Amino acid sequence: MKKIDIAVFVLGILTFLAISLSLYMAFIYTPLERTMGAVQKIFYFHLPLAWIGFLAFFIVFLGGVLYLITGSIKWDNLAYSSAEIGVVFSTLVLITGSIWAKRAWNTWWTWDPRLTTMLILWMIYVGYIMMRNAVDNVERRAKISAVIGIAGFVDVPIVFMAIRWWRTMHPLLITSKGMGLAPSMLTALFVSLGSFTLLYVYLLLIRVRLGLAMNIAEEIKIRLSDKL
Amino acid sequence: MRYFKKVLAITVKDLLLEAHTKELTPAMLVFSLIVIVIFNFSFEPGMQNSDIITPGILWIAFVFAGMLGLARSFAEEHEQESIRGLMLAPVDHSAIYLGKTLSNLVFLFCVEIISVLAFGIFFNINIFPILPGLAVVLGLATPGFVAVGTLYAAMASNIRLREILLPVLLFPIIVPVLIAAVKITGSVLQGQPLSDVSGWLNLLAAYDGIFIIVGVLTFEYVIEE
Repeated sequence: MKKIDIAVFVLGILTFLAISLSLYMAFIYTPLERTMGAVQKIFYFHLPLAWIGFLAFFIVFLGGVLYLITGSIKWDNLAYSSAEIGVVFSTLVLITGSIWAKRAWNTWWTWDPRLTTMLILWMIYVGYIMMRNAVDNVERRAKISAVIGIAGFVDVPIVFMAIRWWRTMHPLLITSKGMGLAPSMLTALFVSLGSFTLLYVYLLLIRVRLGLAMNIAEEIKIRLSDKL
Repeated sequence: MRYFKKVLAITVKDLLLEAHTKELTPAMLVFSLIVIVIFNFSFEPGMQNSDIITPGILWIAFVFAGMLGLARSFAEEHEQESIRGLMLAPVDHSAIYLGKTLSNLVFLFCVEIISVLAFGIFFNINIFPILPGLAVVLGLATPGFVAVGTLYAAMASNIRLREILLPVLLFPIIVPVLIAAVKITGSVLQGQPLSDVSGWLNLLAAYDGIFIIVGVLTFEYVIEE
C-alpha cells in the first residue's frame, strides 16, 4: 500500500469513529428538547450538513479561481468533486430542514431566508453539474465550470440579502428560530460539526482520487485507440 | 479612451446588424407582450391584489424576452463564423464582452419601453406620472441581468442542450435582480417615492457592479471559436 492509501484508510476509520460519537451524543448524551421533543435531534445533523454545503461550494469557488490562474486540470477536478459532494449535502439540508419544519412549524416548506438561499444555491450547483455533462472538451468544460463556480459563489451573499429583505417586507409568520442551547447540546453540535467536516474531507479525497484515475483511464484509452 | 472606442465599435456592429435584419428585437417584443397577455389570463380581472401581481408579470416578461435575445447574441456569431474574426481583432476580449453587453442592453431596453407602454394600456394604469420611477428601476435592474446573461450566453453558445441550460444556469443567479426589480416596480406602481426602496436600489447597483467586474475578468476564458 502506498502512503496515501494508508492515510485515506486511517482517515476513513477516524471519520467512522467521529460520526459514531456524534450519533451517540445527539441521541443519548443530550437531553430531550422541552418543546420540540425528539425532532430537535435533527438539528445536530441539519446544521453541520448546511455548513458542509457552504464549505463545499466555497471549495468549488476556490478550485475555479486556482484553475483559471494556473490552468492545471487538477484544480478543476477538485472543484467538481467538491460540487458533487456539496449538492448531496445541500439536498440533505433541504430534506432534513423540511422534516424539521413540518414538526416545528407545521409546514413542509417556508420561504425563510436561510431555506430559500439554500434552495437557490442547490439550483445553481445542480445546473453546474448538468452543464458538465453537456460539454465534452475537457479544457472548455473546466473553464466554464470555473466561471459558474465563481459567479455562483459571489451571488450567494446577494441572494441571501435580497431574500431576507424580501421576507421582512411581509408579515413574518415565523420569526427567528432563536433558541437557547444547553451546554451539552452545544458540545454535541460542535462534535457533530467536526465529524461532518472530517467526513467531507474524506469524501473529497476519495472523489478527487477517483477523478484523477478517470483522467488517467481516459488518456490510456486515447493512446490505445491511436495505436489501433 | 481607445478601449471604449473598440467597445462601442462592437456595439455599433450589433446594432447595425439588427437595424438591417430586424429579426431579434421584434421577436423579443412580441414574446414579451405574449407573456404579459398569457399571464393576464391566469389571474381574475379586477383582482383585489393586482398591485402585488402586476410587477411580477412585467419582470417575468422582460426576463423571458431577454433570455431569447441573449441566447441569440452569440448563436449568430457562431452560425456565421464571425466569432473568429471578432476574436482575432486586436482588442482585449473583455471589450467584446462589454460591447456585446451594451448591444444586448439596448435591445432589451427597446423591448422594455414598448412593453411598459402596452402594459399600461392592458392593465389600465396611467404610467406617465410614474415614468421616472420606472426608468430608474429599468435602468438599474436591466444592466445586472444583461451583464451576467451575456457572460452565460457566451458560455452556453456552443455546448449541447444550450437552449435548456442557459435558463437553468442563469435564472438562479439573477434571483436577487428579479426580487429587487419586482419590489421597486411594485412600490413605484403604488406611487410611493423611490426613497422608500433605496435599499433595493443599492442592492441592484451593487449587483450590476459586481457582475460587470466578474464578466470582464472571466469572459476571456469562456469565449471560444
